[in-house]
Amino acid sequence: MAIASKSANARKVKNSLAKWIISLGGISVLFTLVLIFMYLLYVIKPIFESVKVTPDTQFAIAESEQVLATGVDELKEVAYTITAQGMINFYQLVDGGRYQAGDKILSQQLVADGEKLTQVVDVGQEQKLLLDSGGHIQLVVPSFSASFDTGERLIKPSVHYPLGRAYLPIDESNMPLSKLGFAMDDEKAIFVGFSHDQRLIKTTLFAEDDFSYDSAYQVQYQVVDYAVNAVDDILLTPDLAMAFIRHSDQVAVFSLDEDAELKATIIPQLEQNSSSQSRLTSMALLSGGSSLLLGDDRGNVSQWFEVATDKGRAFKEIRRFKASDHEPVVAIYTEQYRKSFYTQTPSGEIGLFYTTSAADLWRGTLHQGKAQAFAIAPRSDALILYSEKKLATFTVDNEHPEVTWQALWQEVWYEGYPEPDFIWQSTSGTDDFEAKFSLVPISFGTIKAAMYAMMFAVPIALTAAIYTAYFMTPGLRRKVKPTIELMEALPTVILGFLAGLWLAPIIEVYLPAIVLLLVFIPLSVFTTALAWHKLPRNYKARIPETWAPIILIPAIAIAAYAAFTLSPVLELHLFAGDVRQFITNDLGIDFDQRNALVVGIAMGFAVIPTIFSMAEDAIFSVPKHLTSGSLALGATQWQTLVKVVLLTASPGIFSAVMMGLGRAVGETMIVLMATGNTPILDWSIFQGMRTLAANIAVEMPESEVGSSHYRILFLAAFVLFVFTFVFNTLAEFVRQRLREKYSSL
Amino acid sequence: MNNWFKSGAPWVWLSAGGVSISLISVLGLLWLIASRGLSYFWPADLYQFEMTAADGKNLTVIGEIYDRESIPVAQLAHLELNIDPITKTIERLLIKTGNRELVSLDFRWILVPQINETLLPEALVVIERRTNGNFYGYIDDIILDGQSVSLDKMPELLARVSAFQKQIARLQSSDIGAINYQIERARLQERKHKLDGTLTDELQKEISSNVSKLQAEYQVLERQLLVLREQVARDQIVVRAMDGQKVNINLADVLQVTFNNQLSFFGKLKLFFSQVAAFVTDDPREANTEGGVFPAIFGTVLMVLLMTVIVSPLGVMAAIYLHEYAGNNALTKLLRIAVINLAGVPSIVYGVFGLGFFVYMVGGSLDQLFYQETLPSPTFGTPGVMWSAITLAILTLPVVIVSTEEGLSRIPSAMRHGSLALGATKAETLWRIILPIASPAIMTGIILAIARAAGEVAPLMLVGVVKMAPNLPLDGNFPFLHLDRKFMHLGFHIYDVGFQSPNVEAARPLVYATALLLVSIIVALNMTAVSIRNRLREKYRLLEH
Repeated sequence: MAIASKSANARKVKNSLAKWIISLGGISVLFTLVLIFMYLLYVIKPIFESVKVTPDTQFAIAESEQVLATGVDELKEVAYTITAQGMINFYQLVDGGRYQAGDKILSQQLVADGEKLTQVVDVGQEQKLLLDSGGHIQLVVPSFSASFDTGERLIKPSVHYPLGRAYLPIDESNMPLSKLGFAMDDEKAIFVGFSHDQRLIKTTLFAEDDFSYDSAYQVQYQVVDYAVNAVDDILLTPDLAMAFIRHSDQVAVFSLDEDAELKATIIPQLEQNSSSQSRLTSMALLSGGSSLLLGDDRGNVSQWFEVATDKGRAFKEIRRFKASDHEPVVAIYTEQYRKSFYTQTPSGEIGLFYTTSAADLWRGTLHQGKAQAFAIAPRSDALILYSEKKLATFTVDNEHPEVTWQALWQEVWYEGYPEPDFIWQSTSGTDDFEAKFSLVPISFGTIKAAMYAMMFAVPIALTAAIYTAYFMTPGLRRKVKPTIELMEALPTVILGFLAGLWLAPIIEVYLPAIVLLLVFIPLSVFTTALAWHKLPRNYKARIPETWAPIILIPAIAIAAYAAFTLSPVLELHLFAGDVRQFITNDLGIDFDQRNALVVGIAMGFAVIPTIFSMAEDAIFSVPKHLTSGSLALGATQWQTLVKVVLLTASPGIFSAVMMGLGRAVGETMIVLMATGNTPILDWSIFQGMRTLAANIAVEMPESEVGSSHYRILFLAAFVLFVFTFVFNTLAEFVRQRLREKYSSL
Repeated sequence: MNNWFKSGAPWVWLSAGGVSISLISVLGLLWLIASRGLSYFWPADLYQFEMTAADGKNLTVIGEIYDRESIPVAQLAHLELNIDPITKTIERLLIKTGNRELVSLDFRWILVPQINETLLPEALVVIERRTNGNFYGYIDDIILDGQSVSLDKMPELLARVSAFQKQIARLQSSDIGAINYQIERARLQERKHKLDGTLTDELQKEISSNVSKLQAEYQVLERQLLVLREQVARDQIVVRAMDGQKVNINLADVLQVTFNNQLSFFGKLKLFFSQVAAFVTDDPREANTEGGVFPAIFGTVLMVLLMTVIVSPLGVMAAIYLHEYAGNNALTKLLRIAVINLAGVPSIVYGVFGLGFFVYMVGGSLDQLFYQETLPSPTFGTPGVMWSAITLAILTLPVVIVSTEEGLSRIPSAMRHGSLALGATKAETLWRIILPIASPAIMTGIILAIARAAGEVAPLMLVGVVKMAPNLPLDGNFPFLHLDRKFMHLGFHIYDVGFQSPNVEAARPLVYATALLLVSIIVALNMTAVSIRNRLREKYRLLEH
């Protein structure tokens, strides 16, 4: 008895254990779907998060020091200040090693004894030009190296002189300079300065070997022919192509090639009519050096770049940003690698913007009054400010400024393009390339491919479904249905391969045949039908009408053969022997070998079995008493079909088409192989497209994890997921309703 | 006529046309793949064309006829041919001329009107080589160790070379590969101990003595390899190409020499089957465009098996839950929608999910936890066969669920009631009664899942497939099954060779052959599944009465 109850207990435990395990297994399906959804969202989320600026460290600097410039190392562990006394001081920012946060770890004299610094010009790439009271000029780069001597990472600061320790001979007549602009590469360094005696000078240092390892140079002096009394800003593009000189409300653009000729003058449209006129107050070069930013005293910043026009290349205002409501923009700071910039107003209002996506990322005040020194960390993830005798760092959470909803779905005016456009171009050969992420061309491609596929598949699949479900004898149906459904099992990679390597060349050569087929096939069907109708009765009995699909196979084959034989003849007589030439030259339509027609046919084949199978089920399961009733009332077979059967089954047919569309939208391999994968916006049947799915397959393996590109590809996957989710759920819902309706009938 | 239209008969016929077109396309597609795929293995006739080119020069073209097409004369106007203007189209032939070391392209178009004479010389030979593709020409001489010998010696010499090549391959891949693997493992072991702080002098010594022993073994094997390589390169054949140039081909490079024009039908048949066998069992050559597809078959099968192990229990459990346990409530409805959606989500989305979640997130954490020593080079934090199997398991889960549930729903409820009435618990009923009866349905589901997985390419491109895997995921080195390795796949092979290879034209027949292989596997699997299902339905129908 005891054994029996024990085993009964064990059985009970086993039973409930089995229940739990199986329930868990069942729920795991739902869990998987939710997991996919949540994970995609989790990856996408950061690109739509707004920018956060949070205070990090802050410490006081000795009263006596007058800070002119500041900066921070890549890892945000060591900061530096350059003071009017000519000192560079390095401060530890985080506790670690021998130092506490705020400790001065290195101090170095940058100017000769007795001299003072009058100006520090930040020329980008962490380079600083120092102008001292003696009129001397020097180029310094505060640099940092990491050492692991003690087993712990230690950042060691130092000062580096790319053009040597000697003073740079910028002006022939040794006149002090009031403004100075600078840019260099490995071969030469160019200075453009405005001297106290009102000369605009250009000085070029030619490297004797290569500046990257040898600072020896030869000097060439030039005076730029431009009469002006005062200069506000001088900027040089990093590729040494252009110099921008701002004096009051004008910007003169000089070509730096050989003799510094005036190329253009930018006179922005400032508000001149209102009571108080607006004026230019600041200027900066955007990363890459092709865009100029101009700030005015009304708080606006405008972006300018060269655009190809009818009269050659001209500077144009592209877009405007509102950096402040009423205060002037006194300073613009640009990031080194991205098209973001910061603005500052006299009261200390700071704005962060991204040009290409026209995004106002952040606006706020971090301190009272304008910062005396302001710098962006090399990785653009922090700011360092000096104001009111305090040095403060702020963490900037701004990973994906280029991605906004507008940039993804609206026209964007990119640098160098004549007008705003939808462009998807994620990678390029050059380094200073700006990735262009518009989802419009690839979404359009997805819809285009799906449309052409549906145009091909729906008529064939539905007619086949109608015939198979309603007219076919059960014996034939048992053979035909699995055969057509076998198509669904065919790997799409094979359909894609055949489409790309077999069908595309055939269509290219026999294009007229494809058009002819559209006429010939229905014609051959009608002719065969008529012929059968006219057949004597005793023959008809031998070949019943239910064999129609089999009878039609040779008829259609003959029609196809005729179309293909006639094709070259037609080509010769109507299109002078070459349809492709005719389409490109006479009609002016571009012709790709792998085009929408090929995709439509190939993907149509992939979709036919999906639609066929479900539509056939829906039509077949229409209750028989409905059709019997209709037939008994004297309706013909066809009338019964159209007025009763199709009407009843229409929700099922609709859901079949939805399912087919869902499949066409998400299909990857066929589109990948049967189109040229060019992301263009063109409905033309003779051109290719790039779809969301194919785009993911092409670009995902190369995208860097966590980058904007990576996340946008996830967004594309998410769009596909949601799209098919909606379609499938809708289709399933309709089908459920239909099933209930059938069972109630 | 009017009555006929009114009766709707033409429209009935038109809808029958839809069936016909579907049937033509399915059967035509299968026929196309089968004929193209099989002709790849059939030994082709070797032609010699004596022709006069447009510039009046005579030339000889030797090769296989690869393709033919007729084109309008108008398209060839630029060639200024002296062709009777009445002929609207002329025929041209694509000839595979091989001999890659002599001409840059191994294909050329010739115009039929320019051919003066077409010959099928019996002495013409096609030489299949390890590198540089086929060579077509006449054998002038065979040189054995510097001595000219008769043609009859050829089979013997070829057998000798192939035996040596086999030895070399074994030495390289198994023996030397194993030693390299062990050295690498020793290095990692040392690094692991260093990271854990457990590296004692004793251990260090042991490891380094091990490594030096292995290196000594390696030296020995390498010397053996050198000797073998010298021996294999002993003999040569001298061949005359179509332009009369004589070429020395080292026998080490030669795989097969056949006089196609001398072969009888049965001779060709024999060659055909041996080519099929070689295709299935050999490794690819020449950047996948020649040789066999063995690693791709192996990779596909292994991945699919792993997937089956994962998907079967999950799918069956979910189906049992849905059919036997779930009540008629919102959760069940939600579950059904989830199943439908899992089936409808585009496969590439699974790939993206697999890459992000499994590879980078789960795999990356696994590396951090267990494979510290190999970092920064990832072990599981990179696409591999395991992640592919898991990703495809999710993708094929609905297939198993739907099929199993259908099987369950066909089991008459009398059987369940009978079992329960006899005192069995629900779990016992399931295990002893329901599952055995439903097992063919489960089999059907699994087979369909396998067929689906074998043909799926898009997600695999993201989570583990590569064009050329240096090692199979299963080999003789401990732990034998390397789940972290990347693998080759038949479907991806088709995509890669057909679209990414440098010489698509030359690779096309191989792609057709691969496609045929894949299609036959999938069609066979599907037919099996369908026939099991049909038999099952019959059986249940009998049970009900």
